[in-house]
Amino acid sequence: MDKQTKLSLEKTALKIRVGIIRGVHAAKSGHPGGSLSCADILTYLYFKEMNIDPQIPKKPDRDRFVLSKGHAAPALYATLAERGYFDKSELLSLRQTGSFLQGHPDMKHIPGVDMSTGSLGQGISAAVGMALSAKHFGDKYRVYAVLGDGEIEEGQVWEAAMFAANKGLSNLTAFVDLNGLQIDGTIEEVNSARPVDKKFEAFGWDVIEIDGHDFEQIEAAVEKAKYSDKPTAIIAKTTKGKGVSFMENKVNWHGTAPNDEQYEIAIKELKAALDELQ
Amino acid sequence: MADIKTVATRASYGEALVELGKQRNDFIVLDADLAAATQTGKFKAAFPDRFYDCGIAEQNMMSIAAGIAATGKRVFVSSFAMFAAGRAFEQIRNSICYPNLHVVIGATHAGISVGEDGATHQCLEDIALMRTLPNMTVINPADDTEAKKAIFAAIDHDGPVYMRFGRYAVPVIFGDDYKFQIGKASVLREGTDVSIIATGLMVSEALKAHQILKDEGIEARVINMATIKPIDKEAVLAAARETGAIVTAEEHSVIGGLGGAVSELVCEECPVPVIKLGVYDRFGYSGPAGKLLDEFGLRAKDIAEKAKSAINLKK
Repeated sequence: MDKQTKLSLEKTALKIRVGIIRGVHAAKSGHPGGSLSCADILTYLYFKEMNIDPQIPKKPDRDRFVLSKGHAAPALYATLAERGYFDKSELLSLRQTGSFLQGHPDMKHIPGVDMSTGSLGQGISAAVGMALSAKHFGDKYRVYAVLGDGEIEEGQVWEAAMFAANKGLSNLTAFVDLNGLQIDGTIEEVNSARPVDKKFEAFGWDVIEIDGHDFEQIEAAVEKAKYSDKPTAIIAKTTKGKGVSFMENKVNWHGTAPNDEQYEIAIKELKAALDELQ
Repeated sequence: MADIKTVATRASYGEALVELGKQRNDFIVLDADLAAATQTGKFKAAFPDRFYDCGIAEQNMMSIAAGIAATGKRVFVSSFAMFAAGRAFEQIRNSICYPNLHVVIGATHAGISVGEDGATHQCLEDIALMRTLPNMTVINPADDTEAKKAIFAAIDHDGPVYMRFGRYAVPVIFGDDYKFQIGKASVLREGTDVSIIATGLMVSEALKAHQILKDEGIEARVINMATIKPIDKEAVLAAARETGAIVTAEEHSVIGGLGGAVSELVCEECPVPVIKLGVYDRFGYSGPAGKLLDEFGLRAKDIAEKAKSAINLKK
């Protein structure tokens, strides 16, 4: 990845993080921690990787994306807005009555959302269904999904993992946003799925471990997955709340909105980081 | 009386899929290690490349079906009613019905007539569960002819469809000229004293009940309510208005199924007595299907009794 591309992606990711904070602050509810942790992955997919067209959100040959950890909707919406699917001002209507920006992704009303998600464990199965459909009908698009590390406690995830490997769905790449925290505490305190890599390996997937905030590593993993004859799990080590100092690695920022004062600080930090890159 | 041909509607399901498969190749069939029982095995044998076994993982299978539908392709997804509507309820709700995806769920082995497998497999709650879901269409065919025509209608329907099939061979009551339309009830016998609204295998029992009542001088209208959701409002309200009393008959719990649907409508728009015949808030048990239908009171004579009770409740 050349310097210019990397810099551009880093700037975009910061803008998306601003969008996340603005949306969640305006909604006075939502999930900032896990949205911030997967923001770089979404940035890479939507600004570098996927064959998509914001002007034709449903173009048939587009690559598909499923946010299996649907509660990170603010990250997806901020990404879609930044990419031009809808106006960024819409982010301020997040979770409000009358808004198309539902608390969790809604494919019927949000341009660019390929699958409705929110009930954990179901999105990855839907992504598997899309990958199966593509293989069966000879379509060339790839399917990407993002799972949470708490989400993979759901048994359905492993049903999906087993099936995807058994059917050789090499057109499927699933990220695990391994930020180490879930609502009730650290994943170790709750019901750890570690070792995550070994589990996916045992289920027949190719596994790549990366720093989920490093665009070069994200790119290398995404590219490698394209040459595998298996589905690929990219285990992305991330920081929950990434980019906002007081949210980083704090479990209570899983599902809490910043108050006005915290909002100002968060935006200031993100803008300062953006200025530094300019 | 001549021998009446009997066919289990699960067999109709398998055969209709094969027929569809010959006509078009724009759909996939999924099953969860029950292909021999659900009869999707017939499709698998004919079109092995268009059949995917998801293994014993119904929740994953339902969401996979949603994913296939989300790419704009057609899909049938099959299991026993218990594991489709029951185990995978939330996947059907959130992955399929909420985004209004066109997935056809072929749920076999519904009701008490599963027989020997007993209570764990005798699903008596699926109509109620599926009926509460927005966007869902619920179809419970009465016989082989109707089942096949319903399957052909379902593949080009828009939105999710739950189709309820049985394991037990039931009389074929409709000829090839029978017209099936989703959401339309059919009046099989005219009558003015009482209406019997039946669904699934209870339809052939209702026809026999009509004769029992006729012999006693009672004219019972018999309505086949194959589509339970959306229910044919006109047919139900006409029955209420014109006959003044209704009996519903279903191989399902009396809570929330056809009887519930009819009662809800009649209560609000044309109150008349409605007596519900079905399984009364209990689990089934093992035994031959025919004997169970006798013991659970799901026979023509039971319908006739309820019909007389309904008439007695008329003002």
